[in-house]
Order: sequence, then structure tokens, then C-alpha cells
Amino acid sequence: MRVRFWGTRGSIPVALTSADIRDKVALALMRAGGRSFESIGEAYAYAEQHLGFSLSHTFGGHTACVELQTGHDEYFVCDMGSGARPFGAHVLARQSGRPATVNVFMSHVHWDHIMGFPFFGPAYVPGTSIRIHGCHDVLEHAFRLQQAPPCFPVEFSQLAADIEFVRLTPGAAREISGIRVTPEPQMHSGDSYGYRFEAPGKSFVYTTDSEHKLENRAQTERFVRFFHGADLVVFDAMYSLADAISVKADWGHSSNIIGVELCQMARVKHLVLFHHEPAYDDSTIEGVLRETRRFEELTRGTQALQVSAAYDGLEIDV
Amino acid sequence: MPLAHHLYGTALVLAPTGRLDHDNCETFREELAPHLQRSARDGTPIVLDLSGLEYVSSAGLRCFMLAAKQAKAQNSRIVIASMQPVVAEIFQIARFNLVFEAYPKLRDALASLSPAAAAAFDRG
Repeated sequence: MRVRFWGTRGSIPVALTSADIRDKVALALMRAGGRSFESIGEAYAYAEQHLGFSLSHTFGGHTACVELQTGHDEYFVCDMGSGARPFGAHVLARQSGRPATVNVFMSHVHWDHIMGFPFFGPAYVPGTSIRIHGCHDVLEHAFRLQQAPPCFPVEFSQLAADIEFVRLTPGAAREISGIRVTPEPQMHSGDSYGYRFEAPGKSFVYTTDSEHKLENRAQTERFVRFFHGADLVVFDAMYSLADAISVKADWGHSSNIIGVELCQMARVKHLVLFHHEPAYDDSTIEGVLRETRRFEELTRGTQALQVSAAYDGLEIDV
Repeated sequence: MPLAHHLYGTALVLAPTGRLDHDNCETFREELAPHLQRSARDGTPIVLDLSGLEYVSSAGLRCFMLAAKQAKAQNSRIVIASMQPVVAEIFQIARFNLVFEAYPKLRDALASLSPAAAAAFDRG
């Protein structure tokens, strides 16, 4: 399995501003201190090794869209946030005219999780098969509604692909093209669902837009079972713990601290912080990652938990 | 975890020790409740002396948050004193340093509440 992140931001897409780019370039020039480079490769190597991720890269600004590459011909993808546009371009380029089959798994239908679908190129290609899986009874309605006049010029019914909506049952595992998929109910306005994907010897959990109430032990134990032994957990870490349990309580999101604690209890191997707060700049997200790694170190039991922060373009082998 | 308490002038010092996590946070809340009720009744400010606290989990932090909210609703105050380095680091990572006033020494915390409390501490 390989997981590729096409969109990692929470709530609304964001973009670097011209001032952000100016600041990164200016700081990079300062750090380089007059150094010259013989080739672009040498400059890349310097940036990678000496400038730090938040200065030489960006975490990106597309909303949730995470591909699971299974080794099969069919595509698997979680959510259709704005990252679905570049994901669609990738599918079209890779297929080179051959029709694709795309399995979509929807956490929920809030706008930031469906907004990329009208720009998902394969939806306009005859012969493409798109199966949109989810547990909400409003799944199809939401997809049709966002393309209804006057919101979008192309109505859902005009899409050329063969699009099917597949209702899944929470807690019930289903075999889909060689992958065992289990949806799990989560606490979020209008409900959301996490997904556990399993292939022989491999497991990946996608859990976003999910609030965890610390006082609810039954809920905690249920998520520990859902995450148990997973190779990779992509986790909604939008807020600080202080915000998540005070001013932003009941907003339907979680924190880096809860992510580490749940993954430690469940003996997960790798935690990826996801659904980044749109108000955070690259430096802030990098700081959250650094602190989360330190928290993991402070609270580590017998097994180390690898911690990463998702960015648009990140690929992780499972 | 026995919740030791001591009155310095008009300020109440509570001193949890050991670990505060999912396993004992409800007991801690129960032990804290009568002190918060007293604080509501007579306006007694509270210092949480964390010098003996070795570790706090998210569940323990939630107890602190609930106590702070209750104190604020009661027009009372809770401040923190003498965190061990690990606990101070966890507070910072969880952004609880933005929620609580924290002081390196118990006397500093008492002085922030009232000169009488600091004077009572100095008398021993």
C-alpha cells in the first residue's frame, strides 16, 4: 500500500500569498549567505538539507483528498476536497485515455470534503466508473446539490462518467476490490465516518473531522479498537488540546495530543497529523509537528510512534 | 492521589501528586469539588501547586480546564505554581500556558493573588 496526500487542509482551501513567497525567498537567500550553486540539483540539495521544510516547501492548501494506492488497477480515494482536482489530473495522465474505475470513500458531505468533485476530470470522461461510498443517507443529494443552478454551470446529470452511490453500514466490513473496508461512526456535526482499510499484513486508518470527548471512556475504547495495530493513522489534529476542549468544544475536531494518546493506546506505528487549521502558516504547522514529536517522546511506553504532518504531495509507503 | 491542601491567608493551595491521567482524573475531580464550592462561597482563590505532579495526560488537563471554567464562572481564580519541567512542557504543547497564569514558585503565585497570602507563606 502507498498513501498519497492530494489535500491536507481543514475547512477551506488556502494559498500562499505573494508576501509569503517573498519572505521565504528572502530568508532562504539570507541563510545561503552568498553561496553559489553549480546546478539546480545542488541548489535542491542545499534547500533540502539546510533550509528546513517550512522555508523550502509548503504544507499546501487543498482540502481533504487522500489516495490509497493498493497495487490494483482501481483507484481508492478518501474525500473529494479541493485536492480532488490535481488527483483527477493525475488519474487522467496515468490512464492515457483508458477508462478508470475510482472508489471514493466519503467521511461526510460538508463542503470542504466535496468541493473538488465538480473539478474532478475523470467525472467528465465517458467510460469512467466512479463509485462513491459512504454511510450518509444524504450522500447523493449533497453531490447533486453543489452542482445545481445557480452554484455551478455543469449539472451533476451532465457528467459523462458512470457514477454510482454505494451505501455502507457503519461498523460492517466490506471487501472492495481486494481491500477490506470498515467505516466507523465519528462525532461531528451531521456525523462523519472514519475508514479502516486492510490488505493482508497492512492496515491504514483515515479518520478526519472527528471529535473525541475525553470523559467518554466507551468512545475512547471504541477508537482504540478501530485504530488497533494500524500501520498508519491519518488523524484530524486541527486544534490545540486547550482549544479543542474549551472555546472550540463541539466544533467536531480534535488535537495532536489526543492523536498521540489514542495511537499509543492502540499501538499504532505511524501517526500523520491532518486537516490543518487554515489560519496556520507553514512555520506554525512545522512547530506543531515538532511539539507533537516531543509529546510522543515524553509519553512513550514500550513502542515508539512515528509522527508526521501531512502535506499536499506527501507519499507514505505502508 | 490524596489531594493535600493548605490555607495561606485567604488563598487555598492544593497539591496533587504523582500522575494525573484517565485512571484517576475522576477521583481528582471529586476531591477538587468541595474546594471549588468553598471558593464559590467565599471567593477563596486557589493555587494548584504542581511541584509533586510528575505527569498529566489529556484527561488530567481536562480536569484543570473544567476547574478553571468553574472558578471563572464563580468570579474566583485558579493559578498554577511550581510545575515540574515535563508537566510545564506538556502544558505548553497543549497550549494550556495560554489558559492558566503559571508561576515558577509557590510564593510568586500567592503574591499574585494577595499580599496577605504571600505574607502568610513567609510566616511559614
